[in-house]
Amino acid sequence: MTAGGADVTARGADVTAEGADMAATAPVVVRQAPPEPARPRWSRLGGPAAFTATAVLVLVVAPLLLEPFRLGLLAKYLCYAIVALGIGLAWGQGGMLTLGQGVFFGLGGYAMGMYLKLHDAGGDLPDFMVWSGVEKLPALWAPFGNPVFALAMAVVVPVLVALALGTLVFRQRVRGAYFAILTQALAAALVILLVGQQGLTGGTNGLTNFFDIFGNDVAADTTQRGLYLTVAIVLGVLYLGAWQLVRSRFGRLLLAIRDGEDRVRFLGYDPATVKTVTFAMSAGMAGIAGALFVPVVGIISPALLGVVPSLELVVAVAVGGRYALAGAVLGAVVMGYARTYFSEELPDAWLYLQGALFILVMTLAPKGVAGLASGVAAGLRGRLARGRAAA
Amino acid sequence: MGGALNQLPIGLSIGAVLLLIALGLTFTFGQMGVINMAHGEFIMAGAYTAYLLQDVGFPIALPAAFLVAGLMGLALERVAIRHFYGRPLDTLLLTWGVSLVLQQAARDLFGAPNVQVVSPGWLRGSVGVLPYNRLFIMLLAALSVVAIWAYLNRSAPGRRMRAVMQNRGLAATTGIDTGRVDGLTFFIGSGLAGVAGVALTLIGPVGPTLGTYYIVDAFLVVVAGGLGQLKGAVLAAAGLGLLNSYAEFWTNASLAKVIVFVAIIGFLQFRPQGLFVLRSRALT
Repeated sequence: MTAGGADVTARGADVTAEGADMAATAPVVVRQAPPEPARPRWSRLGGPAAFTATAVLVLVVAPLLLEPFRLGLLAKYLCYAIVALGIGLAWGQGGMLTLGQGVFFGLGGYAMGMYLKLHDAGGDLPDFMVWSGVEKLPALWAPFGNPVFALAMAVVVPVLVALALGTLVFRQRVRGAYFAILTQALAAALVILLVGQQGLTGGTNGLTNFFDIFGNDVAADTTQRGLYLTVAIVLGVLYLGAWQLVRSRFGRLLLAIRDGEDRVRFLGYDPATVKTVTFAMSAGMAGIAGALFVPVVGIISPALLGVVPSLELVVAVAVGGRYALAGAVLGAVVMGYARTYFSEELPDAWLYLQGALFILVMTLAPKGVAGLASGVAAGLRGRLARGRAAA
Repeated sequence: MGGALNQLPIGLSIGAVLLLIALGLTFTFGQMGVINMAHGEFIMAGAYTAYLLQDVGFPIALPAAFLVAGLMGLALERVAIRHFYGRPLDTLLLTWGVSLVLQQAARDLFGAPNVQVVSPGWLRGSVGVLPYNRLFIMLLAALSVVAIWAYLNRSAPGRRMRAVMQNRGLAATTGIDTGRVDGLTFFIGSGLAGVAGVALTLIGPVGPTLGTYYIVDAFLVVVAGGLGQLKGAVLAAAGLGLLNSYAEFWTNASLAKVIVFVAIIGFLQFRPQGLFVLRSRALT
């Protein structure tokens, strides 16, 4: 196997894996990398095995070993990992750099927070409304007393916002950096809106002081453990869904659009629809993550969903490896831990470290840790193959 | 009515600051495809330069800020960004890392709380509804636009810059040292951000995160005005500044940004590439 082949696998192992059945339908494939030699069996089983091992580690080992406080932190990082999964899908697979995932995360979080607030108030006004002098429950809030409605809205609202933005933007072929700037402006606008509408949103403080979730004390260890398991299972299910999506025809189309949108359009596909749908899916994931985040952490506030938190998640995805879904998830968890560790130990140095790490990753390993790992794996495979050929 | 009239100088001076910031962005974006998130920190560097030099004299602060911010931009371009051409989204994240480092550096050097720059006596007072400090900012922006226009259209390096912007490959084959031109563009663009920083000290306090307030709006100016377009930047900056201040005046500050955002999205439905477009036969 040549060095060139290794490069291709690092970019999208899935593409080359499909090389075999593509060759069957298309007689001549010009300028395509030579199909990868059939991978040994252990390599094909590597993905499912790693997934199962991780699932056991997260679902069984972690709850047994970690004390409640640490388990709560891990639950929080797993919420971020769900957002990162969406970013990996939109940016890594679809080439849409979204700097406003915090918006969708926040919409989901506020939907959940509104339900919890109303539930705790039990028919009265939520505490912060009383403090800001609101006398009657705003009409916007009323339906969120119903948990089913609130949970549905945590996904539906982000998806609708993303569909609207995606339709308006991608139809006009606004893309790349322009799209990134627009999503960032949306994040900035939402923060200012939330801070300004004190009586409706709790202003800078956001929604906090939750006591009860579906009949359980939010702060109790057992509740927190249940929430942790819920988050982990949701992440696993969404991961499998995203993985399946990437392997599907839709996923292949998405990759093609990332690498050559105009060519895809000339072939008769509609890139705008594919991109909009993908963007909406990543927004839905961020919304789910937000809804889970609120009971786990106990607060949702504008500071958690602005420009900086949105960018930090993109950073985490870049560090983990944007072209691999697993890299995105891992990046979010690792960066979350690093953040907690360094802001406890060296609060002043954290920004320097984060900035420096970022510059280094972008300069030396633009494909992130996952890219490095798959590069090493491909190198090893190449060496093995050469060794066999020589023998 | 008097209230509405008062908003006019506020909106125009915000537009003038946005213009000074956006000029640098539009040329680095248009010419090199670089989205420089650290641009906001060059504004901050300019503002802190004015803070350090406030005893020396305000007129000295302007060229000094231009030089400080410009050299920072030049260093960034030569050391890091140069290796990232053709990967705009990567430069965005790279420069964001740089901006984090610069913000923390400012916090360590000058402290986290905001500092106040005392504006010189001759800038206090007003003519009618027009305060001198805001008038000065508008004049500063107007002067910068004229200077940039003259540079682009009447000087040899400016013509080289336009050549690189329109067709980099062709410019290189005619013997233009495109790397040098890129460095110079970055120097001038970042320097203007420094000047914008000095202007901002006249209307508010200076803090380590000063740049982040303006950078998002400045990027919207670039998007609405069209890449690398002087005319577009001027019109879009004035429009956005006015829209911002009037939306705040008629509704409230928290809705204003949303209105501006919706207006930009609506505008892009008619002009997806901004007000003015650099015509080319390339597939965009």
